[in-house]
Amino acid sequence: MKEKLNQIRQEALKLLESENVSVEEVRIKYLGKKGELTGVLRMMGQLSPEERPVMGQLANEVRAEIEGKIAEMAEANKAKELEKSLVSEKIDVTAYGKEQKIGKLHPLTQVQRKMEDIFIGMGFSIAEGPEVEYDYYNFKALNIPENHPARDTQDTFYITDNILLRSQTSPVQARVMEKTQPPIRIISPGRVYRSDEVDGSHSPLFHQLEGLVVDKGITMGNLRGMLETFAKTMFGEKTKIRFRPHHFPFTEPSAEVDVSCFVCGGKGCRLCKGEGWIEILGAGMVHPNVLRTCGIDPEVYSGFAFGMGIERITMCQYGIDDMRLLYENNIKFLKQF
Amino acid sequence: MNLSRKWLTDYVDVTEVNNKDYCDRMTDTGSKVEGFEVLGSDIENVVVGKITKISKHENSDHLQICMLDVGEENDIQIVTGAQNVFEGAVVPVAKAPAKLPGDIVIKAGKLRGVESNGMLCSIAELGLTTHDMPTAVEDGIFILNELDEAVNFTLGMDIKEALMLSDDVVEFEITPNRPDCLSVIGLARESAASFEKELTIPTPQVKGANDGDKVENYVKVDIESTLCKRYAARVVKNVKIEPSPMWLRMRLRASGVRPINNIVDITNYVMLEYGQPMHAFDYKCLDGSHIIVREANENETFKSLDDIDHTLKSGMLVISDEKKAVALAGVMGGANSEITDDTKTVVFESANFDGPSVRVTSRALGMRTESSARFEKGIDEETVIPAIERACELVELLGAGDVVDGMIDVYPNPKKVREIPLNAERINAFLGTNIAKEEMVRILTSLTFKVENDTVYVPSYRDDVEGMQDVAEEIARIYGYNEIETTNVVASLTQGERTPRQAYDVKVKDTLCAMGLYEINTFSFISPKYYDKINLPEGDTRRNSVVISNPLGEDTSVMRTTSIPSMLEVLNKNSNLKNEEAMLYEVATIYLPNEDKTKLPSEPKEISIGMYGSVDFYDLKGVIEGLFTACGINDYEVKAKTDDPTFHPGRCAEIYVNGDTCLGIFGEIHPLVAGNYSFNKRVYVARLDFEAMFDCHTAEAKYKPLPKFPALTRDFSFVCDEALEVGTIEKTIKKSGVKLLESVKLFDIYRGAQVGENKKSVSFSVSLRASDRTLNDEEADSAVKKILKTLEKELGITLRA
Repeated sequence: MKEKLNQIRQEALKLLESENVSVEEVRIKYLGKKGELTGVLRMMGQLSPEERPVMGQLANEVRAEIEGKIAEMAEANKAKELEKSLVSEKIDVTAYGKEQKIGKLHPLTQVQRKMEDIFIGMGFSIAEGPEVEYDYYNFKALNIPENHPARDTQDTFYITDNILLRSQTSPVQARVMEKTQPPIRIISPGRVYRSDEVDGSHSPLFHQLEGLVVDKGITMGNLRGMLETFAKTMFGEKTKIRFRPHHFPFTEPSAEVDVSCFVCGGKGCRLCKGEGWIEILGAGMVHPNVLRTCGIDPEVYSGFAFGMGIERITMCQYGIDDMRLLYENNIKFLKQF
Repeated sequence: MNLSRKWLTDYVDVTEVNNKDYCDRMTDTGSKVEGFEVLGSDIENVVVGKITKISKHENSDHLQICMLDVGEENDIQIVTGAQNVFEGAVVPVAKAPAKLPGDIVIKAGKLRGVESNGMLCSIAELGLTTHDMPTAVEDGIFILNELDEAVNFTLGMDIKEALMLSDDVVEFEITPNRPDCLSVIGLARESAASFEKELTIPTPQVKGANDGDKVENYVKVDIESTLCKRYAARVVKNVKIEPSPMWLRMRLRASGVRPINNIVDITNYVMLEYGQPMHAFDYKCLDGSHIIVREANENETFKSLDDIDHTLKSGMLVISDEKKAVALAGVMGGANSEITDDTKTVVFESANFDGPSVRVTSRALGMRTESSARFEKGIDEETVIPAIERACELVELLGAGDVVDGMIDVYPNPKKVREIPLNAERINAFLGTNIAKEEMVRILTSLTFKVENDTVYVPSYRDDVEGMQDVAEEIARIYGYNEIETTNVVASLTQGERTPRQAYDVKVKDTLCAMGLYEINTFSFISPKYYDKINLPEGDTRRNSVVISNPLGEDTSVMRTTSIPSMLEVLNKNSNLKNEEAMLYEVATIYLPNEDKTKLPSEPKEISIGMYGSVDFYDLKGVIEGLFTACGINDYEVKAKTDDPTFHPGRCAEIYVNGDTCLGIFGEIHPLVAGNYSFNKRVYVARLDFEAMFDCHTAEAKYKPLPKFPALTRDFSFVCDEALEVGTIEKTIKKSGVKLLESVKLFDIYRGAQVGENKKSVSFSVSLRASDRTLNDEEADSAVKKILKTLEKELGITLRA
């Protein structure tokens, strides 16, 4: 019997290795109800009591071994099947994805939003004012009386003698100060108009962002600090700022402000025309006449204001070399941002 | 303002500072430099030479061979085609290799076989004109012998030195508050302070004829208008009109002013030097020997120096004699009293006119001059006298005539010196600095302010300095703006955030982008013809626009009252650019005129949406529905709109909330409008009222418990007339009073032979749910029955067989 068991073991294991017979067939052949091993086990009763446990143990071993092998083979076969099916299901991952339509904000909006978010983070609110504006707010309240030569620097579109298209966002400053007592901390982005013919760097309509801070004890050092923080957030941590004295009728002292070129970092390149600096904004301490006109006592309060062109910053940031592209609205252009 | 650095050295010595450093520092201290030019840098190796021998060229009729002494051991040979040369002539010699203006390089070579080692130059070849060099001929070699200055020339001398062609010219962009810097002396003051150098401004010295004659014997001056604050006059007799000396001509040239003759050049020279415009009259043209400064009569006529006739308006300030206007005050002199070659006696005018008045006059007459540009910014009354004295000093220096003793100076209200307290602490607190008071005083003094006992005395030419802030700026700009430490604002906390309306704008834009639309940005002004293009009928209120009185052109002459034309223009542009598909939007401001023209228009926002390509009406409608869902607008009703002239009458709808509030209109554009734009495709646009949307939107979402029990759905189809709108069916289903009804959804519309002509089959799916139990089929069936009954009763439609 022992020989028989060993023979079954050998045959079964060998058969399992064979490619021609399925695992299930082997199981039936040996372990099935009419299987060979089952047959041998049935003959256990004929053995002597001494032999029975020995043979029983051997028979169990053989059975376990065959079963183990069968399980192993079944597992392997399953893996093989899966493998086969995975191979057959292979797709070309380089083929195009199904198109999902996405749109984008106009580059000017993207830049304006970024600027707004920076200032909102610094406690600014966004103030709005009319684009069709009284001469009073656009000029007179800003210390620019009639026939003041400063009016020459901003060729203005007029509706009537007293109503015009605002040539700057600064009238919003005057409107806010007139209505609000300090502390004031606002920005005012929006459209402004100047009668410049359209060319690569001029447009009769463009966007500015104006800022105003009025409170007790505001200093020019604060202005520098605020603009430095803005520039670093907007253009990168390494950005430096440079103030140059200038003149605006509504601020005193006034400055033009450059930032270190964000392309070359100040070494000089095409964008900054080799200067290492890019002029991006005008700023200054709010002129006492302006504070007074708007009902704020310059002996008690001081403030600063700044303004910048959104087109200019957008063009610098994206390397756009022709302003007209911003208003042409060619989709091929809009898709790039 | 173009500053000659040579001229500058008359007043301050900054010669050791190179151009770049000079420009940088001047910009840093507030005099913005646009650039600089090194005059004469385009001329190289051109020297003074003398023709020692001229011989004929054997192979040419017109060429001559010149031997030139250029101060070297051997004469050099140059072949010239010019005919005005002669032996003994001193001429400019370009010695090969030489460089001339216009990037011309002169090389040695042979002219018809004869060696030529350079070129003899004309004035044009040296970049000069007969204004610069009045003795020269235009078409011939520049004969230097004829120059008065030639006595100082040596052979071999660099022509740039001989003709004073070298100079460094710095171009300043002077801001309107600093008219004093439109002068050499003004910039000398700034230079001295910027570089901590000594400033020397000598007082002009006039000897006078000292012959008993006096100015009162010649002329009387009366000021009849407050627009003239000061008027000074001096007289020069025995005038000899001739060219100015070369040094003066070359300084004018460097400053960009054309030399004319000695008297005119002196007035220009003084204007450039002192910033005080001057004028010179021919004395014999002054009727009654009387100068009257008065305002013009309405329609008075005047011919200016440049021979243009003007009709004046009352209020314009003129200089007049007893019969006629002889100058437009501060703008330009008259042709009737111009200095000519036979002028014998000259009256110099140095005066101060009201800035705004000069500005208005020069603008009204379209005459912007160097003089008006200075006056309109408001210049110093106190410079009137040094300027006229300087003019007379120059007359004597040039030997241009005899200065008659005495001066007329009418100055009704002498200017007071402005005093500003110097409060160092306050200035430091304002700037955020810690500058010692002594340093403040030093800076102010270097800028020619007088400081005594904590009081700043403002120089008369610094009218722009009015208060503490101005004084602070003076200190800060010399101290250095960039030396001011950057600090954080220490102030009351303010909350930064977008207003709900601003946040809504962000939401709208982000939603439309997320749905695949690109944002556009268009001009607010349009052509009134655009209203025709969108078929607005005559008399439509939308044609009533805010009109720009001085537009650049018709295309940009009115402020839009609707955003649709801007959108159509952009769609058309993209279509012409062969962009096959477009889905665009803009949140656009429109401008609606106020009935009261003295009041501002209202400026509401619209959302315009436009698309073409593989899209149809329902793509556009889907975008709007998506936008509304995202932006908190529920319970709106879409109604067909058949009579909007811009839209296709069968493919247009309006959206309403609360019964009669219209949120906008959308649809396919009318074929006629498409034709106006030459579209060859169907185009869909929408115009939504941003303000109305914002007003009726639900800002905050509210949680509803999630359903605990399952819903049952029932689908059914009807056949109905084509004309019956599915919206009506849906509305009727909702109104059928079935409490369990959760939602209704149209899922199919079918047209075809099976349903018959002018009929359609519509299929709805209804979802039924109870919040407290699982519905059973009986309940669902009874609900459906009720719906069907309502439909049959209200609309006469029954289930499709």
